[in-house]
Amino acid sequence: MSKRSDMTNTHNWSGQKLVSTDHLLFEAPRTKHFMTGSEVMKEAIKRCTVDASVSYPITPQSEAAHLIGELWAEGYVGVYFRGENEFGVMSEVAGCSMAGARTVTTTSGPGTLRAMENFAMWSGTRAPMQLCLMARGINSPLTIQPDNLEVQYLLETGMQIWYAENVQELFDMTIAAFTVAEKPDVHVPIVTVVDGFFVSHTREAVMLPDDDIALHPYDPYKAPLPPIDSEMPPGRFLRDPFVMKSNYISYATHASWQWEIRSAIERSRPYAEHYLKGLVHITGDEDAEVAFVACGTASNQSKEAQRELTKLGIKSKVIKLRTIRPFPEQELLEALKGVKHAFVPEFNVVGWLANEVRSKLYGKCDTEIVGGPRVGGGMSLPAEAILKEVMEKVNPGKGA
Amino acid sequence: MANQGPAYYSPYPAATYEGVITPPEGKALLLEDVVDEEQAMREIAKQMLTNENATIFPGPQVLYAWSDEAKRKAQLIKEMAEVLNAKMIPMYDYRPKYPKIDAEIEINPNHPNLTIWHNNIKAAIFIGVHCHYANVALKIVRAETDCYTIAMCALSGHEDAMATIRDQHASDLEKFIKIAKEVKSELGV
Repeated sequence: MSKRSDMTNTHNWSGQKLVSTDHLLFEAPRTKHFMTGSEVMKEAIKRCTVDASVSYPITPQSEAAHLIGELWAEGYVGVYFRGENEFGVMSEVAGCSMAGARTVTTTSGPGTLRAMENFAMWSGTRAPMQLCLMARGINSPLTIQPDNLEVQYLLETGMQIWYAENVQELFDMTIAAFTVAEKPDVHVPIVTVVDGFFVSHTREAVMLPDDDIALHPYDPYKAPLPPIDSEMPPGRFLRDPFVMKSNYISYATHASWQWEIRSAIERSRPYAEHYLKGLVHITGDEDAEVAFVACGTASNQSKEAQRELTKLGIKSKVIKLRTIRPFPEQELLEALKGVKHAFVPEFNVVGWLANEVRSKLYGKCDTEIVGGPRVGGGMSLPAEAILKEVMEKVNPGKGA
Repeated sequence: MANQGPAYYSPYPAATYEGVITPPEGKALLLEDVVDEEQAMREIAKQMLTNENATIFPGPQVLYAWSDEAKRKAQLIKEMAEVLNAKMIPMYDYRPKYPKIDAEIEINPNHPNLTIWHNNIKAAIFIGVHCHYANVALKIVRAETDCYTIAMCALSGHEDAMATIRDQHASDLEKFIKIAKEVKSELGV
């Protein structure tokens, strides 16, 4: 049951004082805690005045979904239920979001692919829900090991994709994600990705604001499409004739609609820039000739390698991508000025991020893009493996 | 958006792919330039007063009396049409019209070019259209016609229009009407 009717102008239904996103992220005093990614996800959702959440268990996101359920029991989340399977969950999430509810769900690995058809539908309907993807990989034989191959499948779904390195970033991104996704000129779904286990199940120090404050509720009357009601059934336009016809008029709408979804992601740039304090984060030596372009925990391991390279007298820097969609092309080009070799360490066998970097920078910079090193999931990316790859490039034939 | 005029078969490049996005709060867009709102209002009035068959396309958010603001805006839009010597062709809803739209009496976001071609419209204001449908329509219009498009938006604005002003509420429309009267007087039309 919606709890909107229990709200006042200053407080939400659970009695939390309503504050701006800037206050929650940047101004409210914070205290130190020691939490896993799943636990911090609960803390973030607790402060977001969330109307609805639908879940289905799959490792490693099950705990986060379970903890969001506890928030429902505690009176913080308006509606919470378990779907029939991931396809059902993502369809039900769509219904909640189209009806004007601030909605969140979580999934991992094969669950992502089982629900795949829904993601393009989410963005095509301009529904601004948040999916927290605790990445796990999708390979067979079945695995629950850390990997992030499923992110590749989401790249062209028309959703925003942000990637958190650690527990702190997951907390802050989860709050910012609702805010950016719900901007009227953006208003497409958002995926906040973390590496499963390494973040979801790892306890880290995290700074949190008090839990007596929360975001203002989502206002569906600012949506770029009319929200559904008794006269505007779900997917009203999905049944309209242009999708069923093949002529020049339907072509024009079809084409324009798709560019509009992608334009919406482009419009998210200044908002993401503000709330994430930059689409990329750079550490290390400014004048480095070696760089690592990474996202998630691969950037953490790259920082370890960067410190080791410093001891060897080799200048390097780590360019962490906080957003994959929108892709921070200009920021990356700027950061790669003067860099001879850019390595793209990844937790998957296909190297989707290296492919992204190569295709976006093709013909625009002289830096050699080295796709690797990679581990095919199942283990952390050893800093030694990164060092070996670098030394073979800068000191050929002599290894590390 | 700089590339005014027919792009033939594709509404691409969309303005965002040329680095043009919605204007920041308090500002407006004229083609690809971020300008002060008042400057944009003057240019919009000039375009509407000097182009052939200038037309206002009011959308569902100002056609139906779903709020006091909507009712007030509807009255002001009628006044705007008089000041700008403009016709009005409504966008009643967003369903594509088959087998054929009556282009003399309505416009539709899925094939807005048909109404613009049929009525030889050279300048138009979109107002009260939900943002997604305005954007879908504006891309098609920009690709297929030489109409100067203007978006007066209650929210964030529309970069695919040739001129856009944002956060336009009833008091802003009153301000625009005042400016349009001044421009009309200056032009002597």
